[in-house]
Amino acid sequence: MDELAIELKGIDKSFGLVHANKDINLKVRKGTIHGIIGENGAGKSTLMSILYGFYQADRGEILVDGRAIDIRDPNTAITAGIGMVHQHFMLVENFTVLENVMLGAEESWILNAGISRARAELKRLEKEYALDVNPDAVIEELPVGLQQRVEILKALYRRADILILDEPTGVLTPAEADHLFRILEQLKAQGKTIILITHKLREIMAITDEVSVMRRGEMVATRETAKTSVEELAELMVGRRVLLRVEKGEAHPGEVKLSVKNLTVRDSRGVTMVDDVSFDLHAGEIVGIAGVAGNGQSELLEAISGIRRAVSGKVHLGGEAIDVTGHADPAELRWRGLAHVPEDRHHVGLVLKFEESENAILGYHDDPKYRKGFVLDIDAIRADAEANIQKYDIRPPNARLKTANFSGGNQQKIVLAREMERDPDVLIIGQPTRGVDVGAIEFIHKRIIEMRDQGKAVLLVSVELDEIRALSDRILVMFAGRVVGERKPDASEGDLGLLMAGVEGPKEAAE
Amino acid sequence: MSTPYAKLPGWVEYGLIPLVNLVVAFAVAGLVVLLVGESPLEAAYHMVNGAFGRGEYIGFTLYYATTFIFTGLAVAVAFHAGLFNIGGEGQAYVAGIGVALACLWLDRFMPWYVVFPVAILGASLFGAAWAFLPGWFQAKRGSHIVITTIMFNFIAASLMNYMLNRVLKPLGSMSLETRTFEAGGQLPRLDWLMSIFGLSVGTAPFNVTFLLALAASFGVWVLIWRTKLGYEMRTMGHSPSAARYAGIKEARIIVITMMISGALAGMMALNPIMGETYRMQLDFVQGAGFVGIAVALMGRSHPAGIIPAAILFGVLYQGGAEIAFEMPSISRDMIVIIQGLVILFAGALEHMFRPAITRAVLAFSGRGRTQAAAKGA
Ligand SMILES: Nc1ncnc2c1ncn2[C@@H]1O[C@H](COP(=O)(O)OP(=O)(O)OP(=O)(O)O)[C@@H](O)[C@H]1O
Ligand SMILES: [Mg+2]
Repeated sequence: MDELAIELKGIDKSFGLVHANKDINLKVRKGTIHGIIGENGAGKSTLMSILYGFYQADRGEILVDGRAIDIRDPNTAITAGIGMVHQHFMLVENFTVLENVMLGAEESWILNAGISRARAELKRLEKEYALDVNPDAVIEELPVGLQQRVEILKALYRRADILILDEPTGVLTPAEADHLFRILEQLKAQGKTIILITHKLREIMAITDEVSVMRRGEMVATRETAKTSVEELAELMVGRRVLLRVEKGEAHPGEVKLSVKNLTVRDSRGVTMVDDVSFDLHAGEIVGIAGVAGNGQSELLEAISGIRRAVSGKVHLGGEAIDVTGHADPAELRWRGLAHVPEDRHHVGLVLKFEESENAILGYHDDPKYRKGFVLDIDAIRADAEANIQKYDIRPPNARLKTANFSGGNQQKIVLAREMERDPDVLIIGQPTRGVDVGAIEFIHKRIIEMRDQGKAVLLVSVELDEIRALSDRILVMFAGRVVGERKPDASEGDLGLLMAGVEGPKEAAE
Repeated sequence: MSTPYAKLPGWVEYGLIPLVNLVVAFAVAGLVVLLVGESPLEAAYHMVNGAFGRGEYIGFTLYYATTFIFTGLAVAVAFHAGLFNIGGEGQAYVAGIGVALACLWLDRFMPWYVVFPVAILGASLFGAAWAFLPGWFQAKRGSHIVITTIMFNFIAASLMNYMLNRVLKPLGSMSLETRTFEAGGQLPRLDWLMSIFGLSVGTAPFNVTFLLALAASFGVWVLIWRTKLGYEMRTMGHSPSAARYAGIKEARIIVITMMISGALAGMMALNPIMGETYRMQLDFVQGAGFVGIAVALMGRSHPAGIIPAAILFGVLYQGGAEIAFEMPSISRDMIVIIQGLVILFAGALEHMFRPAITRAVLAFSGRGRTQAAAKGA
């Protein structure tokens, strides 16, 4: 019926033994928002990278506006009117917005003429799409939501008619995500075509016109969004019914496992990030810390786990003090039963250049069972890594693959497996399901609750309010470095939202 | 996405690309030779003949290679921990004291196989000590190792001047060197190794230090990829934030890594002192510490790459000397230019031809797209 903006025919791509895309056909109609969903490692990013010229397909054909095009690099894609906003932004941190937008599209060797033209063009784009950003702001000083807007501006500046967004909301606060969707609606109204990859089915339902589902490298279905449901999509993705909401029984809190008293942490510039925070974490309970990103949750986790030095305060682990203001040693804390899933898996939780098996022992590489005489026992390390791969269904099941080559969700499972399989007493866990598919979320949530039921103490930080409410037995809300309230998990979203925004709720503490 | 472009098969990555880089480097070097009015073909002939023409020449090539293996390994080990040790020159120089002391002490009444281990120890200790300070300054005070190791090269030069002038020089001697060692301080040549191939070393100082260099290469491989320390070093080299998370003590790793690196650089001193001149002379390192940087770069910090890279530089040194000798209008400085070109193309510009080669390989291996005919846009 309508014209097609993109048509993929028989796209096939393998990385060695991994068959990432199998004979993919896809039609994206002009002027629509087309969602793509699928499990971690299903091949979504690979497919989009092929469309954008980052990878070359082994076989298959790409048609843009009905014409077959040989997309051999991103430049061809840009010329064909395709723009992409990557999951990890590709901006020059110490350039201004204007400089970033112009970079690579300068038009001439003499910058000045181009700059004023670019500035005018940027103004026009901002007005047309409600994309307001200060063109002279330096990137590293902008919050992620605005950085993402710059990425979109970059694509539009290059006259993109087709915009690909790979998991754009993973790093955004709910308000930022709402704003992004308004921008996307606006773009659609102007006749642009948008391809949106996301793991959040709610977003798919809210904004897309059509949605395609990938599973294990294949395109298994395309649905009109209006005629499908979250349940159907989840089932199509995973190939079985998925519990979208975890079931958990009553908590039976035991003794205090982790006690935090008057903890204060400053960042490298001396800004107070955690301000006089106190709480207790008991065996057999999950305490969730809710809050908009950047309100001190990260620094709190880092201080407790010994990565960042606190200014003052006391922390006890199983009754014994942790020297948080002095030389707390993350390695020693691991042996004392503290496991830590860091928020930032790419820079902290994993070494992307390592083989999977090498990451499977990160932080536990001291364990004598990985030593054979004076060298590492590679067989023992790989055996453990492979056991975790089985148990956590990490794909592809190859302990020798470079970690960077695993999809985002599978990377997350590598970290979770490592930290959970050590049988810790206290598990502190940041953003456990960021970038993880529904099937894996179900699995991870189940594991977290299992840990609780085995009597472990779990401290959970997440910017996903749904996740916090689904898992926690108690919720602490952080705002501007302080714990501004404690709620039961059945507190209303509005009540929590007000607390998170720094507006004191009507009732003080729920206890 | 660290490597957005296609991953290449091993033979392309580690064979074809370095080869193309090398060929281009030599082509440009040939142009330079042409520019001074000499025949590049003749120069190439002298280079190859000078390096491989006779057993003796091969011996010289491998003698130089031995030196470069040590300094290359030294740079590589530091590199894996994210440290750039530019101080190999000074560390090797100071390590000479360790070698000289061992020889001066034992050479008269011990055979070489007793003196050699003591000298190895001495070289490592002095080299490590000289690298310890920059490491410690970086670990404790944050002084950047690139700066401090360069400074320590200068201090080493002055220190050695003093040592040779005032301490180690025999009384009444005019030249700045120790006395010549007796038999115990002279390492045996590897005649037997060459004669397996029907060659003779002649006067080339190709000695047992070469075997030590091979052993050290294996040792470095074990250290980096098979020990806990190597694991911690690599973690830190790839991601300091992940290392902190894992509880790896940064200061400790910096200091230990630098000491290992210094010890490796230091072992280089054994080759000229005990293998060639049988005494320690002023400036015996002769820039080998810096060549080590290029060797490590070219060898991608892996022993299996460092050995061939060191041999290549051995060829450049030995063959280059031959060119300078046979073709008087080409001076030593020209040889340095040629070596510089190799470093430029094989090290700094190693990715220049990658996109083109990638495209060619993909097209040839038949994995090209079926619609290659449809050239849109
Ligand atoms: N450069 C590469 N080398 C080897 N394998 C790769 C490479 N890139 C991706 N893969 C593999 O291809 C498969 C598809 O990965 P892809 O990143 O496309 O998944 P995805 O659907 O985007 O997953 P996620 O939702 O977790 O981001 C995975 O099994 C992944 O491990
Ligand atoms: Mg992806």
